[in-house]
Parts: sequence; structure tokens; C-alpha cells
Amino acid sequence: MDTIFAQATPPGRSGVAIIRISGPDANDVLQAFSARSVAPRIASLRKLFWGDVLIDEGLVLFFPEGESFTGDPVIELQLHGSIAVTRVVLSALSTLPRFRQAEAGEFTRRALENNRLDLTQVEGLADLIDAETSEQHRLATASFQGIFSNQIESWRQKILRAAALIEATIDFADEDVPVDVIPEVRATLTDLVSEFNVAANGALVAERVRDGFEVAIVGAPNAGKSTLLNVLAGREAAITSDIAGTTRDVIEVRMDLQGLPVTLLDTAGLRETDDYVESIGITRAIERAVNADLRVFLGPVSGKLVVQDEDIQVAAKADIYESGKGLPVSSVTGQGIDKLLSQVTKVLSLRIPPDITASRARHVTALTASKDSIETALFTLEHHKDFAELAAEDMRSALRHMDSLVGRIGVEDLLGEIFSSFCIGK
Amino acid sequence: MFHVKHETDFDVVVIGGGHAGVDAAHVAARMGVRTALVTLKKSDLGVMSCNPAIGGLGKGHLVREIDALDGLMGRVADASGIQFRLLNRKKGPAVQGPRTQADRKLYCNAMQAEISATPNLSVIEGEVVDLTMTGQSVEGVMLADGTTISSGKVILTSGTFLRGKILIGDVSYPAGRMGDDPSIRLADRVRDFGLQIGRLKTGTPPRLDGRTINWDILEQQPADKDPVMFSFLSTGPQARQISCGITHTNTQTHDIIRENLEKSAMYGGHIESVGPRYCPSIEDKVVRFSDKASHQVFLEPEGLDVSTVYPNGISTSLPEDIQLAYVHSMAGLEKVSVIQPGYAIEYDFVDPRSLKSSLELCDINNLYLAGQINGTTGYEEAAAQGVVAGINAARAVRGLESYTFRRQDCYIGVMIDDLITQGVTEPYRMFTSRAEYRLSLRADNADQRLTSIGSDLGCVGADRASKFQAKLDKLDKAKVALGSLSFSSRELAGVGARVNVDGPRRTGLESLSLPDVTVKSLTVLSPNLASVSHETSLQVERDALYSNYLVRQEIEAKTLGKDENRLIPSGFEYDALQGLSSELKDKLRRVRPETIAQAARIQGMTPAALTLVLTHLRRQELKRSA
Repeated sequence: MDTIFAQATPPGRSGVAIIRISGPDANDVLQAFSARSVAPRIASLRKLFWGDVLIDEGLVLFFPEGESFTGDPVIELQLHGSIAVTRVVLSALSTLPRFRQAEAGEFTRRALENNRLDLTQVEGLADLIDAETSEQHRLATASFQGIFSNQIESWRQKILRAAALIEATIDFADEDVPVDVIPEVRATLTDLVSEFNVAANGALVAERVRDGFEVAIVGAPNAGKSTLLNVLAGREAAITSDIAGTTRDVIEVRMDLQGLPVTLLDTAGLRETDDYVESIGITRAIERAVNADLRVFLGPVSGKLVVQDEDIQVAAKADIYESGKGLPVSSVTGQGIDKLLSQVTKVLSLRIPPDITASRARHVTALTASKDSIETALFTLEHHKDFAELAAEDMRSALRHMDSLVGRIGVEDLLGEIFSSFCIGK
Repeated sequence: MFHVKHETDFDVVVIGGGHAGVDAAHVAARMGVRTALVTLKKSDLGVMSCNPAIGGLGKGHLVREIDALDGLMGRVADASGIQFRLLNRKKGPAVQGPRTQADRKLYCNAMQAEISATPNLSVIEGEVVDLTMTGQSVEGVMLADGTTISSGKVILTSGTFLRGKILIGDVSYPAGRMGDDPSIRLADRVRDFGLQIGRLKTGTPPRLDGRTINWDILEQQPADKDPVMFSFLSTGPQARQISCGITHTNTQTHDIIRENLEKSAMYGGHIESVGPRYCPSIEDKVVRFSDKASHQVFLEPEGLDVSTVYPNGISTSLPEDIQLAYVHSMAGLEKVSVIQPGYAIEYDFVDPRSLKSSLELCDINNLYLAGQINGTTGYEEAAAQGVVAGINAARAVRGLESYTFRRQDCYIGVMIDDLITQGVTEPYRMFTSRAEYRLSLRADNADQRLTSIGSDLGCVGADRASKFQAKLDKLDKAKVALGSLSFSSRELAGVGARVNVDGPRRTGLESLSLPDVTVKSLTVLSPNLASVSHETSLQVERDALYSNYLVRQEIEAKTLGKDENRLIPSGFEYDALQGLSSELKDKLRRVRPETIAQAARIQGMTPAALTLVLTHLRRQELKRSA
């Protein structure tokens, strides 16, 4: 087996850079760098040489086989976060026999192979590493606890029950035929369709929790959108001036609103223009605003953008204009800023159901496919009731999609899918 | 002439002349190896110990598959069938199952005629009391008179004879079946192999004298007007067709049974083994479905010129006098006389998880098991296993690798895979719902699925092969013709299809996947199709009907195929896997799955455990390649 290595910290300059080495020959590293060996699990200061050249001085940690994250012997080098140092060390490592750069997710994969983690933990781990806000953290730990697995199992049982009833009408046609089972089958399937809809919608929200909600600030030129963005962001993210049409491109600012990841979008002011560049900016502004999760309108609404249910109307420049439609806000005096933020937070957090379970694209794919199959089965039962075997086939297909969620079938594919979403060095 | 000196008396010896035995011996002989069939009495070859019927849902599919491989059961049933019925006729072709009542005597006669006409096949009358062995390898059999017969391979199809015990009320005695002794010594030998042995039971109803049944007041179930045969080579029934009577149990029947439950061998605690849930005794029905006031009973004549009637639906192990009392409580049976009381039989079976997919035991060389000894029930299941064991024993004699029938290809493959990966907790019976590729594994296309495989294996005769080829040519020609035609949705709507008239154009074949379109209706649009025969049309329509679903199944089969192709070496060390529960380790050691897909089908298998096995396999591969 190869010994694999990768930089565990983000690339670039930093205070400390960690290089992780895992595999049967991990301990050879010290000799290769002409450093004395180290005791297990004790941080030791060592000078690393490559040939006669001193590369760096740093902390070396050794985790023996069975006592490391991957289960294999692991060496961690904590070096100075210099691009030059890490580059030299990584290229030195790649010259060692049976050493190679780790592939994406390979450390975690080895942990799984060595039974240090199970599949659900792997998925949870991925989310945990990516979590930036407290909502993301809550979601990741929920999937850790297996809440989703339990729900899948209960769905499986319901599909199984309905399928079994249909199968009975097929396989026992010549025997004591039970009462008409079709009404129960239809009721069960109809319930499942709506439960899958709820879960799939929840997953869309979960995706938002992971990737961030988008809130677009829109309005006429010079309405004060960029100034508002800067106040909300607490920094000069956008250029502001008295000249209408200053903002051309869409400017994004990532924020953490009471645990919710939110990306604020400052957009070009909406107006008719002959300026070619500005007109591109306006088209983009409209496109992004339409697709955003929420829109904050400054001043009157342009005809091209429709106000949706929970969108927020703001009367900007409240320090200058006394009356305007909507929440009075002043970027100059700070009036109404807190109210605006709490309004945004309230609207978005209400969209997160308390019991999100499905959270990944593959979950949504399987749920949707399962739902489609069930709907086809319902159609067959309604319109071609003699073809019970077709309805049964669709229910089986729905079951298979459920099974693929928990990894009962397509083991190879499932592993591939999970590991492809991993980043190197974790 | 070149003289071959044989080292053994026979290449293959089959023990037992029941349904597994005859088809096992016949296929081995067809494949050209020197075969012997050892049976107690020649006249018992192919005897139907239980109900006189062949086929049904799932079972009928198996018979068609046996026939597609040129086996016996289908054509023997066709020669003796007295009430052919196609079950689920109203539903789609995938779930239609051919079935017939058979005349017991005609069935036995036809079977014996087939067996005695088979080259390479010797029938030996005698009782096999033991297997001769060297180490862990079987080398032949020993008969009761001390004769030993040496053989390359031995197929054991002992049915219910291993430590068989008959129970009627509180009376019980050892027996292989009614009127025959059980095999005790052979059973001890099998027990000594250290395999997992279990007990199963099955029951029969009392046999009635048809002359004392009041048929006039009973509802009749006639045979089909256009009978559907089992064999692809048969054209129609040979025996006269009859009707069955139908009567019902009533509250009085149930009361009698309930009051005497403690006298039942089963409910009195005399039987501890497990019976089938789907073929419950009347005691079971009354207890488990206590809210039902009545159960259907089919009165099936056992033959054309005998008066014995088999009342299907009231198998029992109650004492004789109680049987008589409850039978008399039913309409039409008030004055019936009982020819032979119903009884339950309990017997040893070998946990089929100790078998390979060839049906050879994993740990004992040269010994194959087929039929009820593997925990199955039913003539059809037994015969199908006989075919598998016979083919593989013959191949092994020739030094060829065993052939694995796959789940994707046939019900036979479904059954074998179920048996060797799942084991059994009750007698295993085939159902169409066991087949995940049910829409493509139809009774009507068993020959299209298996006959050419059979030809490659060398078990299909020249006559069948050429008839099959002719049929295939006709089908292909019709499909090519239909594929080159193209109809607008408006045209199709014009001949009765329920389609959106603005929909896309369809080829002739695609049009046939619409439930309301037939080749005949397309003939209106394209008169050339009139040259396609009725039979060919029907088959093309059946193939086309599910085409949309089959495409999807194929994709799913491919996904599964990946796991199916990931082989687990036979010596895989599950003990070395850290983190696998001892329960799962135990199961895996017992089943010894041949692929990851098989492992996944083991009950209680978890994704995490599968991942462990899979990753361990990969590591070993990496180590080997390193």
C-alpha cells in the first residue's frame, strides 16, 4: 500500500502549514529529512533537512497504527506557513519510494476502510467541515444522529406494505382472494407523495443553509443601495458616489445573520439606459434579483421586477425624506438598520423547517425519482387496473431509490458519489 | 472399436426418483454422461405425493424454463393434464402462470416412458443407505443389500425421506411418505457432515371418494376453453378435460376444528418445525384468520378413471375422526367417505446456504443436493433444482466450470440465489414477486431466454433447437417489419389507440407498447402485416408491451451488474474484518457469498458492513498488485 501525503491546511501564506502523511512508511519521513525519530503522540521540535539544506524547523507529531485518524501510521509536520517551505517539502515527499500525493478524500477513505468512520459519519463529517454558521452546524449534527436514516426506513416500510398488497393480488389470484386492497394502497401512496414533496422542499432549504441565502438589494439608480450594502457589511465593499449608475456589476457580501449564512447582492440601479456596459449590469441585476431568496426594494419598484410575498420594502434615506413607502432606513444615521436585519433574518429563518432531514443533491434526486415512480403507479392503478404488475414494478422502483439512499444497492456507485464530493487533505 | 475403460461405474448417480431426481438424471444423461437413477420402485418415478397439479404463478414459470432447457416436467404435465388453466389471464403476460390438474397415473406413465427411452440413463431399483467417501469427497453410494456403486458425482434428492415422520393427531411414526420407510442411515450420514440441519413440515388433506360427493349442488370451475400448454413443443391437451368442484368451510367446520385443536399434531405440540405460511393447514387458517367465517376448498379429481378427490385447502394433522367430522360439515361433502386421512410430515433439510450456485455442497466434494432436502416445497421447485444439479454434475464430470443461472435471466436463477444467500425459514415456494426482473422473465418467453443457453450447455436436443430457431426467425422477421413502419399518432388513434393525436410518430414496434394496439389493428394501416401469423403476433405484442419498463430495468440491472461482477474469493477471511458484528460475520461465513451483490442480499446486511467487505477486497487487490 502506498503512503499518501497532502497539505491539510489551505494553500498559501499562513502562520502554520500542516502536512499530513499517512501509510505504512509514514515514519520513514523523519529519516529522509535527517531528523531524529519522535515518541508517539508527543509534539517534538525537529529541524528538517533535504540533502544538506535546512528547509524549516517545526513540530512533528507521530500517531502509530490504530491510533490515528486514518488508522494507518500518521506523521504530521507543522511547519511555517510559507509557500516556499510547503512546496519544497511536498516535492521532496513525492520522491520517496511508495509515496504519492493523496487523491481527493483519500485520508477519509482510508479511515473508512480501516473502520475508523462509518458511511453516515463520513457524510456528516463533510458537512461539519464545511459548516460556517450555527444553522449549518445544526444540520450537520442532525444527519450525524441518523434522523434521516430512520425516516427513510419508515418510508421503505410504507412502500413495502403497499407493494406487498399489490403483489398479493398477483401471486395469490387463484387462492382465497382477500378484500379489495386497492383503496389502502392508494391512500398510502398518496400520503407518500406529499411526504416526499415536503422532504424534497426541505432539502432545497438545507442546500440554502449550506450554500447561503441570497438577498438582493434592488431599486432605481442612486436610491442608496450601495451605501446600504456598505453599512450592512460594515465595510466599503461597494463604490458609492452621487453619480447615478455607479454600480455596474453585481457585488456580493457574505454575512452571518444570527447563524444564517446570507449573501447580500448589491445590484445596478434599474433604469432605461443607452450605456452598453450599464445595460448589461441591469440585465444581470434583474436576473440575480429574480433568482434570489429575498429582495429588499429601495424606493418605488421597477416594472420589470415583481415583488414577491415576503420581499421587504424600504424607505431609504430616511434622514432626508420624511415619508416613503416601507420601513424607514437611513444609512447615514443608522436608523432602521437593525430592524431591517432582523426582518431579513426572520423571513429567512421561518423558511427552515425544524425537522430538515434530506439535505444533499443525491437525497433530492432519489426522493424525486421515488416520488415519480409512485405517481406512475397511482396512475396505472387508476387507469389500467388490470396491469397490476406495472404498478408493482413502479413501486419496486420507488423502493430501489430508497435503498440507494441508505446504500443497500449500488455500493460501488454510492462510494464513488460520496468520495467525489471530498476535498483533498481532510 | 475404441474401448474406454471407466474408473467408476457411473459418471453421475442420482438418489431418488421424485421430481428433482428424474429431471436431474434426465438432463445429465442428455448431456451425454453415464447416469444412474436409484429409486425404491421404478413405478414410483415422478409420483405426485401431494396435490395432483403442476404449475401456477411462479411455479408455471419454472416449468416453462425447465422445458426451455429440454427438461421433462412440462411435456409430461402436458401429456397428463386434465384441467389446463392460465392463471391471471386478465392481467399482463408477465404475471400469467400456466397450471394444470394432472391425472396421477397418466403423469407417472408418461414420466416412466420418458425415462426408459433416455440413452445413457440406467434406472436401478434399490434403497441407498449410505454414501461411500474418501475424506471429504463422495465417491459413490451403497445400497441396502451392500452393493456399492462408484460414481464421479452424486446428486441427492431425498425429498422428505431424511428422518421423515408422519403425524396424524397424536399418532406419529417414521415414514418417508405415506406407505414408505424413511431413510435413517443416510440421514445420519448427512448429519455427520456437520452441516446446518433443520426440520420442516408439510401437510396433506384427507383424500375423498368422489363417488360420495354431491357434485350437483356444487359450483364448478371448468378448464380453459383455449388451454395453454407448458411445453413449447406441445400443441394441445392429450387427455380429456374436466372441471373441479368448489365448496367452502363454514362456522360449523371452524367450531369442530377449534374444539379439537389440542388433538392436532401441530397444535398439540407434537410438531415443532415450521410449515409454510402460504399453504397453511386448516387448523392454521382457523386460528390465524379467526375473523373469516369461510374458506374456499377446491375438489380436485386425481385422475380420469379413479374416484380419489384431493380437497385443496384443508391440509391437516388432526385425528381421523375429527377430519371426518369437519369434512362432513361442508356442503356437498355431507356423506363423503375418506379414502386416506390427511397427515403432516416432518423431515430434515439442509441449510441451503451450505451450497454453491451449482448446488454442490461447499464442504463436501462431488455431492449435489436438489429438491425438498434444500428446504423448498413443490414439484416445480424440485425439478428446477434437479436440472441445475444435473447440468453442473455433468459439466464437472467433463472438467468444465459450473454454470450459474442468473437472477436476471430466469426464475431458476432467482430461486438458487435466494436459497444459497437467504437460506430458508419456511418451505421455499416460488412466487412471481420474488423476481425483480419479472417483466422480462415471462412464462411466454422462457425459450427466448433459455433455449440457446441450453444449446450451449449441451442439454437441448436437435428437434427443439431447430423448432426454436424457426420460431426466432419468424419473430425477428416480424420485428424488423414492424420496426421499419412508422405511424402518426392520428393514425394510431384512428385504429383505437388512446393517444394524444398531436403526439409523436411511432414505429410499428413502439406502437405495440400502447396497451390498446395489436398487430391486427396495425394491419388496417399496413396490410402487409397480414402475413404475420397469429402466434408470432401475440409474442411480438408481449415483447413490446413492457418495452418502456424493460429499458429502465436494463439500466438498473447494469448498476446491479457492477456489484454482481465484484467477486469475493472463496477463502475470504471474514474473521479478519475489524468492526463487523459477530452475527454478520457468522452469516457471511455460513452463506459464503460469491459476489458483493449476493452479500448485499443476505438478511440483516448493513451498508456499513458491505462497505467493509468491499474495501477489504480492494485492499487485498491493491496488495496483490503492489
